[in-house]
Formats: sequence, C-alpha cells, structure tokens
Amino acid sequence: MEEELLDVKIDSRFVYNYSTGTIPGYFFRMLRDEARIFGRRCPACNKVYIPPRPVCGPCFRPTSEWVEVGPAGTLVAYTVVYFSFLDPMTGKKRPVPYGYGMVRLDGADSRLQHFISESDHAKLKVGMRVTAVFAEKRTGNFSDLVHFRPVED
Amino acid sequence: MANRAAIIATGQTRHVSRRRDVNITELVNEAVRECLADAEMVPADIDAVVVGNMEHFEGVYNPNLWSVDGLGAIGKHMMMVATGGTTGASVAHAGFYHAASGAFDTVLCVSFEKQSDGDTTAGLIFQADPLFERFNMAGAIGTFALAASEYMDKYGITEEQAAMVSVKNRGNACRNPYAHLRKEITVDDVLDSRVLAWPIKLLDMCPTSDGACAMIVASEDRAKKRSPNRPAWFKAMATRHDQPFNSDLPMLMGMRSLTHAAKEAYGQAGITDPIKELDVAELYEPCSFAELSWYEALGFCGPGGGGKLMAGGSTGMEGALPVNPSGGVISTNCIGATAMIRVAEAALQVMGKAGERQVPDVKTALATGFGGSWWSEITVLSSE
Repeated sequence: MEEELLDVKIDSRFVYNYSTGTIPGYFFRMLRDEARIFGRRCPACNKVYIPPRPVCGPCFRPTSEWVEVGPAGTLVAYTVVYFSFLDPMTGKKRPVPYGYGMVRLDGADSRLQHFISESDHAKLKVGMRVTAVFAEKRTGNFSDLVHFRPVED
Repeated sequence: MANRAAIIATGQTRHVSRRRDVNITELVNEAVRECLADAEMVPADIDAVVVGNMEHFEGVYNPNLWSVDGLGAIGKHMMMVATGGTTGASVAHAGFYHAASGAFDTVLCVSFEKQSDGDTTAGLIFQADPLFERFNMAGAIGTFALAASEYMDKYGITEEQAAMVSVKNRGNACRNPYAHLRKEITVDDVLDSRVLAWPIKLLDMCPTSDGACAMIVASEDRAKKRSPNRPAWFKAMATRHDQPFNSDLPMLMGMRSLTHAAKEAYGQAGITDPIKELDVAELYEPCSFAELSWYEALGFCGPGGGGKLMAGGSTGMEGALPVNPSGGVISTNCIGATAMIRVAEAALQVMGKAGERQVPDVKTALATGFGGSWWSEITVLSSE
C-alpha cells in the first residue's frame, strides 16, 4: 500500500511597517498632496532618478535636487499579463488580464515600471505616449499612481 | 587568481514540481549523500560546509540551522550564502574561496529550493523593494515579458527564434536523468502554448521545481590526492551587480552586468574568441528570449545576433558551442540550486561524466548565474 503523505498548512498573517526614509518620504507626500511626481538629480552625472533615491550608486554621491518629471512619458517596454497569481500585497489572486509597462517619464533618465490601462497588447507599442492617472483619494504610497494610459500626441 | 581549487564531485536530487515525499532536511540530504558517494568520502572528510537558498520562497528562515543534520555539518565550519537567483553560483564561488584561501581543504557546497512549499511568484514579488516595486511586479514572468518586448522591438528578434531555444533545451533534457521536464516539443507547440504575459508563453518559461544540488570543492593538493574523478579546475570567476531597480537599466536584455562579468572572466581565463575556445556552456536562461540575449552579452555573436545564432544551429549538441546540454533552466528550475546546477553540469562535462548529454572532449566549460535586479555570476572550469 502506498504511504500517506501529509502537508502541514500554516496561514500566517503578519503586518509590516516599512519606513520610507526622508527622500522617498518627500516623493510620497508630493504624490499624495499634489498628485505630482518628483525625481532626484545626481550632482555628478546629472541623471534624474525615478524612483528617487538618496545616493547615485554609480557615482556614490548623495543626490542633491528635486526635479518634477512627467506626468507624461514614453512607453519603452510593455506586456499584457494573462496568468493569474497570488499577490502578496493583498493575499488574493491579482485580476487579469492587465497591461504592464516600462515608462520613461518626461524629464527622467531612468524608467518606471507600472500598470498600463490598455489590456489589448495589439494596441500597445514601443514609443507610444502615455500619461499618469492618479487616484482620487490618495494615501501616500505607490498605489496613489493608479496606472499610465495611452494618449494622442 | 589565488591558489588553485577544483570541483571533485557533484550530486543532485531528482527534480520535480512537488517532492511531497521529503522535507527540506531530507531533500538536501539526498544531494549530499549522492555527492559524498561520488567523492568516495564520508562526512568526516569534509572541513567546511557552505549552503544557500532563497528563503522567501518557502517562508523559512536560516534553514542552515535546522537542516544541519541533513547537511552533515554538525561540528563543522558552516556559512549560509544568499544572493537571490545567483545563490547557487555564489555558494560554488564561496566554496572556491574557502579552499583557495588555504583555510580549508575539502568544502561541501549545497544549494536547494523546495518551491512547492510556498508560492513562487508571490515569493519573487516579496523580494522586490517594498516601497516602489511590490505594488505592480508580476514576478519573473512579467519582468521577462517587458524585457522580451523591448528586445524584439530593438533587434527584430522573433517569437519563432525564441521558441527554438525551448525546443533545443527540452530536447536536451530528454538525455538528462535529473531534468524535471523531459519531453520533446516543437516550435509550434511553443507558439501555440498558453500566453502567460505576451510575448511569453508557457513553453517559453522555466518551470518551478523542488530540488537540491551539492558539490565538493577541494584545494589543489587534496584534489590531486583524493579525487576519484578528473577534477574540474576553477579557471575564472566574475560577479557583477547592477542598480537596484529593473527600471534603472538602459535596456533589460543586452544585460550589462553579464557583458562586464564575461569581459573579466574571459580576461582571467585568456579567452579571446569564446565560441571557439569554450567547449560547452551552461547558461541560466529563465526564459527562451533570455538565452538569445545572453549569447550576445557573452560575445558568442554581436548585439541582436542571438536569434540568427540559434536558428543556425551553432548552440545545438552538434554545433560549434553546445549550450545547455542539461536542458537548462527551461527544463529544471529549483531556484536556489539553479545557478549551482549550471556549475555542476559544467563540471560533469569537464569530468567526462555527463552520460548521454556529454559533449565530446570538453576542456573548458562556462556556467552563468542570473538573479537579483539583473545580476550575473560567471564560472569558467577547465580540465587543466
């Protein structure tokens, strides 16, 4: 007879509180209070980083200046996600299909990956213009930026 | 490089999607016992143990502490190494540094993942930056879908060219008794398989596997005196990390960390024309498109030439440089062990012990690791 094999199921819930620190803190406050997106400039190489960060890694110099970027930008990579998976942010399956892309915001040197409102991949293309859509009620985290939507240029 | 050191033995579990018959301690023990048998050694012969996995997949922490019985590490020097997807390669490199430093003569390296205990995509999302990236990440599949769209747009790479990678690697896996997915497939099978995240389809992507890998790294003297196998000598090693966010890279594919690591490793090994001078390569290709791009980063062809190199057959078993005779990551992916399996398979090729998947007369073998936000590790092994 085949041996019975058992699993032990552990359903653990645990709340984390991540400090934003000073630099991302300003970014999230401006996103929440004014629906504006700010990047951070390195004084050595002049690159404007989004997400903003305290130190430019390649130059190892503290970033020194806030630069408003977007809200419009250019789509540089995209997909439509069809497979459903467990989203650890909610504990539920993430609804599919949805658009997902990498956007170069106007005025930024690095890119930003986020949801795209269009979920038909035939309607998306590299180089198309998109703009940020902000949540009506904003709470000071990344989901205040709901997604990017395609715009006529 | 420091003193010489070599891989003298390897061991692997059978890799499948769900090993319900073993827990983590039993899983690592299976690979360790096979490796010790291959070395004709007992635990008393081992001076130090290095172990690694990606803890967030299983939601277990410091498994090095409580799987110690299975590792055979009681009363020995032991350390855990974790570098994300590159973990297995980092463990192998740590094995080299332990032995080449002169501090230890015989080092047991072990890496594993029991992915079925948790959820792979959720685990990968949990690895990302909590402030900016977790909200929208779609695991490895989403990231590679973005990368593939950009790669196709820039170089005209096609879904058919990528599918050929899956066909080649799954075909190779049929000759590897350890491989997880062992079934011949066709280009049409790949193109017709379910779309996970356009343009990535089910058969373009690696599976999730449970499995473990072990190897013994020995100092030069110990390798010469005690190795029952032809030693696979470390010839070159290079590691490169990149910036923290996927979105920091000027382009995802065309991986600059792999390009830079290859340049350094080839310099150490005196390699100027890799496709001619390497006899076999085991690449960490999480998806079909990635293998094409890694060809370019590793200098097997020029930028954008990966699709043509694949279609021309140069990387097949009969080609100028067979890539992934083991079946690669597309056929087996127990993540924490995956990058070490590349090194172990390269070592088996140098030892002449790769069985039906053996490439004839291997003197120099390359292995790569992929992980983190596009980090790379390269290992070059040699018969001399």
